[in-house]
Amino acid sequence: MKILGSLNGFQRIAASLAMAATLAFGAPGAIAQDAATAQLEAVDPAVAADASNEDVAAGSSAYVPMKPTEGKGMPVAAGIDVQEQFSPIGQQANALHIGLVWVMALISLFVLALFVYVILRFNKRANPVPSKTSHNTTIEVIWTVVPALILLGIAVPSIGLLSAQYQSPPKDAITVKAIGYQWYWGYAYPDNGDFEVVSNMLTEEEAAARGEPHQLAVDNRMVVPAGVPIRFQTTAADVIHSFAVPSLWFKLDAIPGRLNEKILQIDEPGVYYGQCSELCGARHGYMPIAVEALPMDQYNAWVLAQGGTIAGAADTGIAADPAAAPLQEPESAVPGAAGAGAAPTV
Amino acid sequence: MATTADSFQAHTEDHAHDDHHVPGFFARWFMSTNHKDIGTLYLIFAIIAGIVGGAISGIMRLELAEPGIQYLQWWAEFMGGTSDFDTSLHMWNVFITAHGLIMVFFMVMPAMIGGFGNWFVPLMIGAPDMAFPRMNNVSFWLTVAGFVSLLFSLFVPGGTGPGAGTGWTVYAPLSTTGSQGPAVDFAIFSLHLAGAGSILGATNFITTIFNMRAPGMTLHKMPLFVWSVLVTAFLLLLALPVLAAAITMLITDRNFGTTFFDPAGGGDPVLYQHLFWFFGHPEVYIMILPGFGMISQIVSTFSRKPVFGYLGMAYAMVAIGVVGFVVWAHHMYTVGLDVNTKMYFTAATMVIAVPTGVKIFSWIATMWGGSIEFKSPMVWAIGMIFLFTVGGVTGVYLANGGVDDVVHDTYFVVAHFHYVLSMGAVFSLFAGFYYWFPKMSGRMHSELLSHLHFWVFFIGVNVIFFPQHFLGLQGMPRRYPDYAEAYAYWNEISSIGYMIMAASMVFFFVNIVYAFVAGKKVGNNPWGEGATTLEWTLSSPPPFHQFETLPVIEDHHTAHDHMSKPQPA
Repeated sequence: MKILGSLNGFQRIAASLAMAATLAFGAPGAIAQDAATAQLEAVDPAVAADASNEDVAAGSSAYVPMKPTEGKGMPVAAGIDVQEQFSPIGQQANALHIGLVWVMALISLFVLALFVYVILRFNKRANPVPSKTSHNTTIEVIWTVVPALILLGIAVPSIGLLSAQYQSPPKDAITVKAIGYQWYWGYAYPDNGDFEVVSNMLTEEEAAARGEPHQLAVDNRMVVPAGVPIRFQTTAADVIHSFAVPSLWFKLDAIPGRLNEKILQIDEPGVYYGQCSELCGARHGYMPIAVEALPMDQYNAWVLAQGGTIAGAADTGIAADPAAAPLQEPESAVPGAAGAGAAPTV
Repeated sequence: MATTADSFQAHTEDHAHDDHHVPGFFARWFMSTNHKDIGTLYLIFAIIAGIVGGAISGIMRLELAEPGIQYLQWWAEFMGGTSDFDTSLHMWNVFITAHGLIMVFFMVMPAMIGGFGNWFVPLMIGAPDMAFPRMNNVSFWLTVAGFVSLLFSLFVPGGTGPGAGTGWTVYAPLSTTGSQGPAVDFAIFSLHLAGAGSILGATNFITTIFNMRAPGMTLHKMPLFVWSVLVTAFLLLLALPVLAAAITMLITDRNFGTTFFDPAGGGDPVLYQHLFWFFGHPEVYIMILPGFGMISQIVSTFSRKPVFGYLGMAYAMVAIGVVGFVVWAHHMYTVGLDVNTKMYFTAATMVIAVPTGVKIFSWIATMWGGSIEFKSPMVWAIGMIFLFTVGGVTGVYLANGGVDDVVHDTYFVVAHFHYVLSMGAVFSLFAGFYYWFPKMSGRMHSELLSHLHFWVFFIGVNVIFFPQHFLGLQGMPRRYPDYAEAYAYWNEISSIGYMIMAASMVFFFVNIVYAFVAGKKVGNNPWGEGATTLEWTLSSPPPFHQFETLPVIEDHHTAHDHMSKPQPA
């Protein structure tokens, strides 16, 4: 039953893709003057024709889920460092991270070296008569002040990083809202007609078929524009979840009754995986996150394909076919509704 | 030295006389008012709880040894649930919850404070017993009752399966609307009981230390272990009532229709987190400070040198305790704190590294110039200091609110707090155990087995936890029973480490058996002239009632020396 449910999701994508195609090609006059719709004309008519076909569920339409790049936006086997970063914050944080790793390593090695020396030099055989020293104000001041200075050296870039992370997104930034449910994510696009995409984990077979990593791959990704700041918000419908994408240095809890907001900018197109990072019940480990960053034009095409609208288009009377929206009923309206997707089999 | 001891034990006949009044078995162990017996009970209890908590971590490492769900269905059925997918995964959450609660509340705390604190605070300050002996007994049995309540919770419904699957943090709303059934109520009640026991214990320690020190023992002549327990007792007294309030609100939210943490009624789930961590952060110092105290005694004893910078060491613990109360929100960096709050908590948290650094360097300076004997307590102490340093520097890393975003709630955090607790606190416990075992039992353990225990345990825990730094940096979230293929390599190594660690415990238990069966009987002071605190003036084991004539700390005695005779003028 549940697998059927997620297939239905694809069929609904197919249906809305078909409607988007109808919008683009069925009423060309209405959209001719609008820059935002220029992308739509790039849609291959052949693909658009395909969109009416049931086979489109496999992803042969205008929007094809991007193939992830091995090792990008995902953990690498036996990796020992943070994932490669693809956001301006990630780059800045990574520089601090590298510095901190050096500080940690040097302090640990310094203490180890002191131990080795003390053990060799002051063991019972090497030093049969212990000294009576019990304090030395100078050295005590030194080992209080020097660590304090090291910490000050860390604090300055650390505070700088924090203030960068809390920059407000520009007024015209697109808003994307992640909503945590037990146990899947919903992604709402309030600036694009307020449709909601429901995102469930793929089974091992489905993930393999799509060439994606199991435990991370989802059926419908959170699609966002690349290269521009996004106003990213989180909330939750039942218990606390946490939206986390390691390759973007991003983690923000999704808390019922609260709306958290943070700027999110992804440098380049790609697929970036993450996982729920706050214990949320039984299937906490089974509600991964996949973010797909697309160039703005392709993002707009994706929005229209979802039955959404594009900023500016509404002014000229262009909107998605009302029949096309929403792609999926916002499941927040129906707590406990289907949408838990295909449960991986034990 | 032995003669000095005799001078404290004015009338040996009196002891023989007292020993006639040692109560019968039931009265002695179930209605005990003797601090040493209660300390022994706490230690036995902590070892049993440690076996349970350690076995649960074995179940978890076995499951995590390879990707996929291998054993959880079996456990779900074993615990009386069905083996469907959600129940199996619920079992995972029950295990992580039980492991955390047992290790924190029923292993480390009872062993450190209840066990060694009860045994050695009165001995070290020259007191005949604790200030409130009967309350001491109440504290212990409340802790046992708490443990029973927690175990009971495993067998009643907790939502998606039997047991409480909320994590040891019991965050609302997962612990309120998110977990139907009585399991979470029992788990919360268990914290109430253990917490009440700890509050009573804390008042007992504070009263004892402030009022029952031997004549002449000023605060600045107290052994550092007593200082550490004093600071810990204050932390307990101030932090635990906040936990009690928070979890009581959980109980009323769950059962009586209040909405403290429910946004639907004007509450806020983040409020719970603030309350929990206002307790939770001091709690981590509660777990490690007595360890600091023990390490100071041990390093000084086996270096045959006074602790370097005694006052600095004592007030570093006070500073850690005070600052520990104003850094709690670093556990909550991702809840959506505003930028100024996050900057404050980043800065405040890093400040703690300063007094902690003072302690590390002072221990090394104590060894510097010493004549170090590598007896079993000393190797555990050295291991503790180094591994605590490693856990400490990752703590500085995590203190940075901006950097924390990538590792928050990942295995990096798991690695960090196991380095400071599984290595910091547990190494201290083993160091303290080997240090005081001859005193408590009157018999010497095997130094060979103790050293084997140390080396195998040292290798084991590092193989378990060091790779978890890598997993966390790569993004593996904590509290996950299953993971992407990329995480398989380090998880497997971590699980191998568990087996090494588990093997080392064989040496520990064999050693205890060996000591009781064949261990050499020891005199007052098996550790030689470096051991200068009052417990070494007494027989091993000490008499049922000690210090009937109070020892006197003379003017020539210092904080490092409570035993020497005055120099002839």
